[in-house]
Amino acid sequence: MIKEVISAELSVGETLMIQKNRIEGADAASHRLAVVTGTHGDELEGQYVAWQLARTLAKKKNALCGTVDIYPALNPLGISTIYRGLPGFDLDMNRIFPGSRDETMYEYIADGIMRDIQGADLCIDIHASNIFLREIPQVRINEKSADVLTPLARLLNMDFIWIHSAATVLESTLAYSLNALHTPTLVVEMGVGMRITKSYGDQLITGILSVMRHLGMLKEPAPPVAPPIVSTDGSVSFVNANESGFFIPQVRHADRVEQGQLLGLIADPMSGGIQERLLSPISGLVFTLREYPVVNEGSLIARILGGSAG
Amino acid sequence: MRKETLFTIDALPYRQPISVYGYYFGTDAKTLAVMGAIRGDEFQQMYTAARLVNRLSHLESQGRLSESCGILVVPCAGQFSMNVSHRFWPLDNTDINRMFPGYEAGETTQRLAARIFEALKGYHWGVHLTSLYLPGDFAPHIRVMDTGLQKNDKGLDFGLPYLVSRDPHPYDTTTLNYNWQVWETNTFSLYTRATDSIDEQSADEAVDSILRFLAKLDMLREHDLPPGTQTQKLDEKNLVTIHNKAAGILLRRRGPGDRISRNETAALIIDPYTSEIREEIRSPSDGVIFFARHAQILPSHTVVFRVIP
Repeated sequence: MIKEVISAELSVGETLMIQKNRIEGADAASHRLAVVTGTHGDELEGQYVAWQLARTLAKKKNALCGTVDIYPALNPLGISTIYRGLPGFDLDMNRIFPGSRDETMYEYIADGIMRDIQGADLCIDIHASNIFLREIPQVRINEKSADVLTPLARLLNMDFIWIHSAATVLESTLAYSLNALHTPTLVVEMGVGMRITKSYGDQLITGILSVMRHLGMLKEPAPPVAPPIVSTDGSVSFVNANESGFFIPQVRHADRVEQGQLLGLIADPMSGGIQERLLSPISGLVFTLREYPVVNEGSLIARILGGSAG
Repeated sequence: MRKETLFTIDALPYRQPISVYGYYFGTDAKTLAVMGAIRGDEFQQMYTAARLVNRLSHLESQGRLSESCGILVVPCAGQFSMNVSHRFWPLDNTDINRMFPGYEAGETTQRLAARIFEALKGYHWGVHLTSLYLPGDFAPHIRVMDTGLQKNDKGLDFGLPYLVSRDPHPYDTTTLNYNWQVWETNTFSLYTRATDSIDEQSADEAVDSILRFLAKLDMLREHDLPPGTQTQKLDEKNLVTIHNKAAGILLRRRGPGDRISRNETAALIIDPYTSEIREEIRSPSDGVIFFARHAQILPSHTVVFRVIP
């Protein structure tokens, strides 16, 4: 059942409407899972998950207990215009939560989204990095919420759980705002912007069914999930370009690399020269790798997860 | 006046290096630093800083700066965006003014913020000529972020009509203003009427206000500056916000600085197909318009005015 979450009138003859697909099982009021995506208009990995999850749950309707709300597009105008932010507003939608009824249209929309999701047993907020970086399937958790969220994240069938520091600026995200209102919210990052990686989507759907079973929303055995690597900031090393040019990778995404191994080159097509050779600062897993070749000085090239798995 | 290259943006591939310049006046003392445009549409902020460079140059050549006064003006650090008509960093749309204090080993805009901050930090007073995220026109004012780290009342010495204080939000903690204060510079954000258009009168008023501030610090001798106005102190929380309910074409009937009476029409929202009036936006109280949204068309539920009651 498609339901309206919140809407606002656009300037010229159009309505901006946030919608959700509500799937109800037995005892619909007993539990509620919110699966949200499409906050950034250039992140499309969640579109596959929204589509395939709806189809999967339709087949499992007899085993479903409670309600699953799928929000495929929190930023419909961004998706329709291939634009990461909020068209005409110049802000990142994931920096305006919890929203407001007294500021701008998008903050009014954000407020409506918050009110709709608040109170769910769990919210899963699916992101797809950006057009520049490819990510392995992972859950990102603010250290302030780690005690509550890490046990749930372990069920999501993601490869990696990154417990990161509590940057003040992240207090304007959907996940932070919902967690602050005691609606547990997990942020999934996987894949790359403007693309759909079906295998990652299928991996996450298995995880969502697993967590639904844990929440008592699925009356059938939980599908098996792989244990993730759980890590904090201290185990993550960043590799940034120090020169501008074109990135030519010398490793593949999700490879394991040794300290000092060549990760890639910054090439100068004008001269045929090599501007920079980028080496891995530690041994570990390349869980983030640059996808978009053009780099400026400072552009993020890779993140390496070092240390032992656990 | 001494012009120095503060740093150079290596704008490869296929763009030539861009230098960011600082204009130094007086001695090596770190009395006052003024930051102009950081974003690519802050033309008014760049123009205002450029006018300040011009005025300080004349004052310095006439021996009117005190012996203990050292001033830095950075007219623009947003050339890379400005030259391609982007407000933010064109590659990833990040905002340098959300990256302070910066990080020299970080991403591109973090590195640029670090280099700007390196040039600006250590000054006793700091003025940032800046813009709001919402396109609009302001009554000229000094804005202070109330961090508790500085004496905000020094902002009265600019002699602009308003001194507005606001509590910092989480997203403010990465701005130049906030971090300048943390690094012990007494910081004021100065808003003129415009952002992406040049308002010469408003820019000159802003330059006068900065020079007046210097004169109050006894850093300027024998000046013939206009006296400025009696400054009204405001808390941003006490401004009255006026929203539109209907969407359509915006026809503004009042602008910043205008007096308005309760129930008086401040703007109209017009049907974009028939030109019929869809909404008369009326002021809920008597007051003076502090902020007026600058837009041709508006969606519903949006701030159109802020009024000083």
